[in-house]
Amino acid sequence: MKSRRLFAITCLVPAVLVVTAFFVIPAVMLLFIGAGKGPDGEAGLWRYLAVLTTERYRSAMVSTVILSLLVTAVTLVIGGISGVFLARNRFAGRGILVACLTFPLAFPGVVVGFMVIMLAGRLGLIASISVALGGDRLVFAYSMAGLFLGYLYFSIPRVLLTVMGVAEKLDGRLIEAARSLGAGPWAVQRDIVLPALAPAFVAAGSICFATSMGAFGTAFTLATRIDVLPMVIYQEFTESANIAMAAALSVMLGLVAWLILALARLNGGSSVAAAG
Amino acid sequence: MTAGVSIELKGIAKTYAGGVQALKPTDLAVARGETLVFLGPSGCGKTTCLRLIAGLEMPDPNGSLSFDGEDVTRTEIEDRNVGMVFQSYALFPNMSVAENIGYGLKVRKIAPAERDRRVREMLALCGIEALSERAIDQLSGGQRQRVALARAVAIRPRVLLLDEPLTALDAALRERLRGELDQLLRSLGITSIYVTHDQAEAMALGDRIVVMRQGAIAQIGAPRDIYFRPASRFVAEFVGAANVLSGEVRDGSLHLEGGKLALAGTGVGHDRSLMVMLRPESIRLIAPDQAVWRGRISAVSFLGDRQRVTVTGAAAQPVTVEPGNDLELAIGDLVGLDPAPGSLVVIPKETDSA
Repeated sequence: MKSRRLFAITCLVPAVLVVTAFFVIPAVMLLFIGAGKGPDGEAGLWRYLAVLTTERYRSAMVSTVILSLLVTAVTLVIGGISGVFLARNRFAGRGILVACLTFPLAFPGVVVGFMVIMLAGRLGLIASISVALGGDRLVFAYSMAGLFLGYLYFSIPRVLLTVMGVAEKLDGRLIEAARSLGAGPWAVQRDIVLPALAPAFVAAGSICFATSMGAFGTAFTLATRIDVLPMVIYQEFTESANIAMAAALSVMLGLVAWLILALARLNGGSSVAAAG
Repeated sequence: MTAGVSIELKGIAKTYAGGVQALKPTDLAVARGETLVFLGPSGCGKTTCLRLIAGLEMPDPNGSLSFDGEDVTRTEIEDRNVGMVFQSYALFPNMSVAENIGYGLKVRKIAPAERDRRVREMLALCGIEALSERAIDQLSGGQRQRVALARAVAIRPRVLLLDEPLTALDAALRERLRGELDQLLRSLGITSIYVTHDQAEAMALGDRIVVMRQGAIAQIGAPRDIYFRPASRFVAEFVGAANVLSGEVRDGSLHLEGGKLALAGTGVGHDRSLMVMLRPESIRLIAPDQAVWRGRISAVSFLGDRQRVTVTGAAAQPVTVEPGNDLELAIGDLVGLDPAPGSLVVIPKETDSA
């Protein structure tokens, strides 16, 4: 008995060490810094509320959450449909297509940002086409729309792979049974396929949302005009040297992301990766 | 309740991509209200045949399939109005028992009140009223089988298609449910197609049995025909234990190693050699001095309700006999073998390729 308990404790040591060193200690420090003295010489918990009271922080938080929710929703639609299709159909070039679709997993946010500029920047593809068609130069890379595009691009593979994994395991007999009972293609998707994929959607959507909340590289590449919360934190940290404010905003960003993931977990079963 | 339809297959065949012909061109007629069983080893084409009738597979061009004279060859399964029961049951895990049974009625847009009434009727018919609100993962195998059947019957299908519905259950339960299923199919009077590899199940449930082999029909007939008058060695051996014996014909008798068998009444003409089949239970063991066909017992297994005795020296291969449980037998005994009158079946040569 005793040696068995010792064994179990020994097995936990690496995890406990890593979590303590790289999560617990920094998080606690962040909490203290956020409440500590700032450049204005004032200390206090008011900074945590600044995200609600100060217009600039509040609008950054709101737009970050809305952007992340929007990216998650659109990614789920695109990734979900493609994932189910790719899982259920075999055709020439399928392997190459899947490889292309999952390619963005390997790109850092900076590269994704650069690709958005090439597509929708001042000298980008869309701008050239819109000019060639006699219209105005269409440029939206350096705005929320550009950011949305970039986030969408690197979120799709995560959803696609999760949905494909679950869809491939879906029992084909269930669909045959539903069809024999008179269900057409839409009814089969609504009543059989979607409910079976719901846990995968919640899991993939959560990862997608959390990534979008914290993504920085793409926003940084696309210019500083975009006020998403990670950019604001960076600016507080570097330009204003307001480390206390940056820490407080970081804590609030983590808290909001965690809260929304916890809600998803409550409503969608147990397979959500991020929220405990 | 519903009488179902008659089914007619004309030249229905199925070739899969890659050139494998799972079903050779097949003609078959199923009468209204009949229970037809497809019996055969795995890969014989029986499941393909069922899936073609269901509409889950499309046949090769030129074949035609009709329900009561209406051509349904190219009709999608969702418009064929067929009930299906799968081996794995394929119950929807996101719905309760009642929702599963009512699903076909829901997609048919039948009003909730009428739907409830028919679901309750099905629950009662299958003896599962108490399970109505249960989740699927809370059901035992036998309960799942009943729900799957109730769900298929609830839509009042034109044909009920059952793909090895009892195979996943243990032996005792299988036998009990087989009895229930038989009663249910007869009381509904619905046209049913049943696929199985279990010959006892086929005998018990089928009005007629279609024995299949290598994508073609080997024989069609009532259970008794198939059992007592097999058309080939394959059918003889697949539908039950069989002694297949070969010997020379002289003076109206078949001469074997341990004696001879009278061929009177078998309609055999002038063949010089012959293959015949005898079921183990149709051979009586008698005193050797009264017999014209003898052998020596080499093995005895007491099975409770009967015994299985292996006799060597009677024919080229050991002969299996299943006498009653009251005979005292010992290995090494010399015994006489006496086939029951009319039990000798001549197996045509041309169909023997086993």
